[in-house]
Amino acid sequence: MKSFSLRALAIAVSATLAAVAPATQAAESVKIGVVTFLSGPAAGPFGVPARNAAEILIEELNAGKVPGPHATKGFGGAPIQMVLVDEFGSTTTQVSEYRNLVQRQNVDIVVGYISSGNCLAIAPVAEELKKVTVIFDCGTPRLLEENAYKYVFRTNAHSGMDSIAAALYVASTKPGTKSYAGINQNYAWGQDCWSDFEGTMKAKLPAAAVTTSQMPKLFAGQYGTEISALLAAKPDVIHSSFWDGDLEALILQAAPRGLFKKSTVILTAGETAIHKLGNAIPDGTVIGARGPHSVFAPDTEINRWFQKTYRDRFNTPPNYASYHMVQAILGAKTAYEKAKAAAGGADPTQEQIIAAFEGLTYESASGKVEMRNSKGHQAIQETAYGTTKMVKGQLTVTNVKRYPADMVNPPEGVKSADWIASGFKR
Amino acid sequence: MPQRMLAGLSVLVAILAAAPWWMPPWMLFIASGALAKGMAALGLMLLLRGGLVSFGHALYFGIGAYAAGLLVLSGITEFVVLAVLGTLATLVLALILGTFVSRYRGIFFGLLSMALSMVFYGLLIKLQSLGSSDGFNLGGIHLLSIPMQGTAGQVPTYLMTLVLSVLAAIGIDKFLRSRYGLLTKALRDNELRVEYLGQSVRQLVLLNYIIAAGLAGLAGVLSAVAVGHIGPEMAYWTTSGEFVFMVILGGLGHVAAAFIGAGVLSAVQAVAYAVAPNSWQFIVGASLLACIVFLPEGLWSLLKRVGRRA
Amino acid sequence: MSEAVAIFLDGSIYAAWLFLVAVGLTLVYGVMKIVNVAHGATYTVGAYAAVSLCGAWAAGGGNEWGIYLPLVLAAPVVGLILGPILERLFLRPLRDEEETVLMLVTYALFLILEDSVKFIWGVDPYFLSEPYLLPGGIDIFDLTYPVYNFGMLIAATVVGVGLAWFLSKSKSGRIVRAVIHDREVAMAMGANVDRIYLAVFSFGCALAALGGALTAPTVSVIPSMGVEVIVLAFAVVVIGGMGSIIGALLGALLVGFVRAMAVHLLPEAELFIIYLVMATVLLVRPSGLFAPAEARKI
Repeated sequence: MKSFSLRALAIAVSATLAAVAPATQAAESVKIGVVTFLSGPAAGPFGVPARNAAEILIEELNAGKVPGPHATKGFGGAPIQMVLVDEFGSTTTQVSEYRNLVQRQNVDIVVGYISSGNCLAIAPVAEELKKVTVIFDCGTPRLLEENAYKYVFRTNAHSGMDSIAAALYVASTKPGTKSYAGINQNYAWGQDCWSDFEGTMKAKLPAAAVTTSQMPKLFAGQYGTEISALLAAKPDVIHSSFWDGDLEALILQAAPRGLFKKSTVILTAGETAIHKLGNAIPDGTVIGARGPHSVFAPDTEINRWFQKTYRDRFNTPPNYASYHMVQAILGAKTAYEKAKAAAGGADPTQEQIIAAFEGLTYESASGKVEMRNSKGHQAIQETAYGTTKMVKGQLTVTNVKRYPADMVNPPEGVKSADWIASGFKR
Repeated sequence: MPQRMLAGLSVLVAILAAAPWWMPPWMLFIASGALAKGMAALGLMLLLRGGLVSFGHALYFGIGAYAAGLLVLSGITEFVVLAVLGTLATLVLALILGTFVSRYRGIFFGLLSMALSMVFYGLLIKLQSLGSSDGFNLGGIHLLSIPMQGTAGQVPTYLMTLVLSVLAAIGIDKFLRSRYGLLTKALRDNELRVEYLGQSVRQLVLLNYIIAAGLAGLAGVLSAVAVGHIGPEMAYWTTSGEFVFMVILGGLGHVAAAFIGAGVLSAVQAVAYAVAPNSWQFIVGASLLACIVFLPEGLWSLLKRVGRRA
Repeated sequence: MSEAVAIFLDGSIYAAWLFLVAVGLTLVYGVMKIVNVAHGATYTVGAYAAVSLCGAWAAGGGNEWGIYLPLVLAAPVVGLILGPILERLFLRPLRDEEETVLMLVTYALFLILEDSVKFIWGVDPYFLSEPYLLPGGIDIFDLTYPVYNFGMLIAATVVGVGLAWFLSKSKSGRIVRAVIHDREVAMAMGANVDRIYLAVFSFGCALAALGGALTAPTVSVIPSMGVEVIVLAFAVVVIGGMGSIIGALLGALLVGFVRAMAVHLLPEAELFIIYLVMATVLLVRPSGLFAPAEARKI
C-alpha cells in the first residue's frame, strides 16, 4: 500500500513535469502563439471564428496558396507553427499563460487577445520579455493611447472608431434625429462605446437629446424590462454595442415587440449576428462590423480567396473576428518578410521586426491597413456601416457608407476621447 | 509538532527558497501567484476551522489589490508602504463589516459574504475612472532600491512573497495553538458550549474574520505586484470559489496545507490549460470531485499517511 | 400611469422567470439541505434538450402549435435522466458530509456538466425562436408585450400552486414535509428516505430544466448560459428563505419589482441592486424572509 501510493505519486509528478516541460522547436520554422477564447461566452462569436481563421490562413500560407502580395510560403519561406492558447480565465492566468508561451514554448511572435483587460495586462509583460506581440481584436483605446510600447502592435482600429462612425452614419442618413437612447453592457466596453457615441452625437447633431441609457449587466440575458423602458422613451435612434449571446437575445426579444420598427437601431458589433440570426433581424437595422470586414469587405482577390476557403472548410461565412485575425497574421508576415529582406535574408531579430512593422502599410482581406498611430504601433483603417434589408430571403446591407480612416480615427498623438470632446479637431 | 513533520516542512521551505536557481522563470511566476493565493487560502482555512465558510473571501483580496493600486496611482511605489497600508485597509473594513457579518452562520454567512463581494465587484465595474472591467496596470514598484517588477523584480517579488507566506504560516500556527485558536476549533463543534466556557462567540468570530481578511488583503497586494495588473475579477465569486477549492484540496490539518492546496490547484490549472485547452473545466471539476471523494481531509491527510509509514 | 403599468408588468414577467429558475433550487435545499450549484448546469441542459427535441419535432413535420409539447417535455426528460445519475452516483455516497462539502461537490458537477454540454452540442449558439414568436404580441398602453411572456407567467403560477398543493394536501407531499422537518424521525416512522431524496432531486432537476427550456426561445442557447442564472437563483432563494417555496415566490417578486423600478427610474443602480437587496434582507432577517424555523440543537 505504502509503495503503491508513493509510486503513484512519483508517476503523477513526473507526468506533470513532462507535460509542462519546455517544448522543443522544429528547426527553421516560425512559431506563432495564438491566444483567443476557446471556452466561455466569447468563444462562439469571436474566439472560435478567429481560431478557425488562424488555422486556415496558416495552412494556406504554408502551402503558398494565399494570393497577391502574400504569396510567399509561410513567413519568408519558413513554415509557420501555431501554438494555440485559450484566452479564458482570470487576467492573472492569462499573464501566466503568456509567460508560458514566451519562456517555455519559445514562440517567435504572439498574436492574440480579445479581452481588453487581458490586453492591458499583457502589454507590459511583452515589453519585459521583449517579444513582439500583435493584438488582433481588443477594443480599448487606452492600450496604445495611454502608453508607449515598443513590442506591442495592434492591427485593428480600436472601438472609438465604431461608435464615432455610427454617429456619423446617423447624422448623414437621419439628420432630423431629435432623440436617441442606448442599451449597452455595463462594463468597460459598453461604457466606452456609449460615451464615444454620445460625444460624437453632441458634436455632429447637437439638437438631439438622450432619452435613456440602459446599462444592463454583462450576460444578463433577459432584457424585457430594458426593452419596455426603451419603448416607453420612444427615441428616434437606439445605439447598442452588445455582442453575441446578449446581442442575439436582445434581437430575439426586442424585434417581436416592435422596437426595431419604432426606432432605428444601430448595432455597432452587429455583424456577427447576421450570419446566424439573419432572418430575425428586421429591415432597417443599421449594422457595423468593427471595420470594413465581412459584408463590407472590398471585392479583391484576397477577400475572394478568404471567403471561399473559409466557407468551404467551416460551412459558414467568416465574421469580423475572423477578419481581424487574418489582418494580424498578415501584418506580422509582411513585417517579418520586410525585416528579413532588410537583414539580407537572415532570420530577423525582434528589433528588426519592430522596425519593419512600425508605420507599415499592407493589404489584408478587408483592404488597406496603415500602422500609423501611436508611433506606428496602432493601425487605422476605414470603416463602413449599412442598413439591413431582406432580399429574396437573404439578408443584405444597403445604403452602405464608408468612412475613410482619417474621419474616424484620431490624429497621431491625440487620445480619441479628447478628440471627440474637442469636436474632432485635426 | 512532530520532529519529522517539522523536518519535512523545513526541507520544503528550503527547496522553495532555492527556487530562483532551479525553477524556470515562467514557473517562478506561477509559484509567486500560488504562494500569494495560498496566503488568502490560509485566512479562509482559519474561518473554516471555526465552522464558517466564506464564499466572498475575494472581497478582501480585491480590496488589498485596489488599495495598492490607488496608492500607486497617487505616486507611492514603495512596497513596504503598499503592503502595510493595503493590509490596514482590509483590517479596518473587516472590522466594520465583520460586526454585522459575524452574526451569521452556515450557509447564510457564506452567501452574505458572497453578496458583499459582489456589491464591491459591481462598484468597481461602475468606476470608469479605475478602468471599470479592464482594471489598470501598476508599475515601478520597488522595495527600498530593489525593483519588484519587470524581469529584475521577479526574484525579489518571489522571495518576498515566500518570506511573508512563511511568516504568516508560523504566525497562524502559533495562533491556532493559543487559547483563541483552540477555542476557534471548539466553535465548529458546538458554539453554545463555547459561550458557556466564558468566551464571547461574537468576539472570537470577529477576531478570526479580521485576521482572515488581513491575510487576504496582503495576498491581494502581493498578487498585484507580481502580475502588475489589477481588475474587478479579483473580487468576483469565482475567485472566492478558487480559494475555497484550495482549502478543501489542502485540508484543514495544518497551516502548510493551505499553501499545498494552492500549489496543487495552480499546477492542475496550468497543466489542464496546456494539455486540454478546450476542456480544462472538466479536468478541474473532476479533480475537485476526486479530491472530495477520495481525500476528504485534503492532501495533508495523504502526506501525513505517507509520512507516518515512511 | 403607463410607466407604472409597465413597471408592474415587467416586474411580474421577470419575477415569473426568476421563480421558475429558482424554485427547483429551494426545493432541493429544503428537503435535502444541499445547495445545488449544478442547478445552473441542469438549467443549461434543459435548454439544449428543448432545442434538440423541438428540432426533431419540427424536422419530423410536427404541427406548428404542437411545438410546445416537446418544449415542455424536455424538463421531465432531463430530470429523469440526469437526476438519478447525479443523485445516486455522487450525492448519495456523500450524504453524511457537511453542507459545504456537498455544495463543493455540486460545484464540481457544474464544471463537468458545462464542458459536457460543449462536447455534445458544440460551442455554437442554437436558436429556438418559433415558440416565442408564434403567439405574437399584445399591446398594452402602447407598449407591445409578447404573449409568450404571459405564458411563462401562467407556467410559473401553475408550478407554484401545484407544488404548494402537493406539499400540503397530498399524502406523498406530507411525507416529504416530514422528511424536511426531521429526516431521522421520518426514517424511523417508515419513510423511504432514499427514494424520496431521489425523487425530490430528480424533480428539482426537472424544474431547473423547465426553466431552461422555457427560456430557450427567448435567447441564444450557449453553453455558458447557466453561469449568470445560478447567481440570480441563489439571490432569490436566499432572500426568500432557503427551503421555502412561498419564500422563493416572494423573493422573486421582490427582486423582479425592485429591478423593474431601477431599470425604468434609475438605470445606473441596476448593476448591483440585486446584491444590495440580498445583503439588506439578510442583515434584517438572517435566514431570509420565510425560512422555516429550525430548532437549535444543544
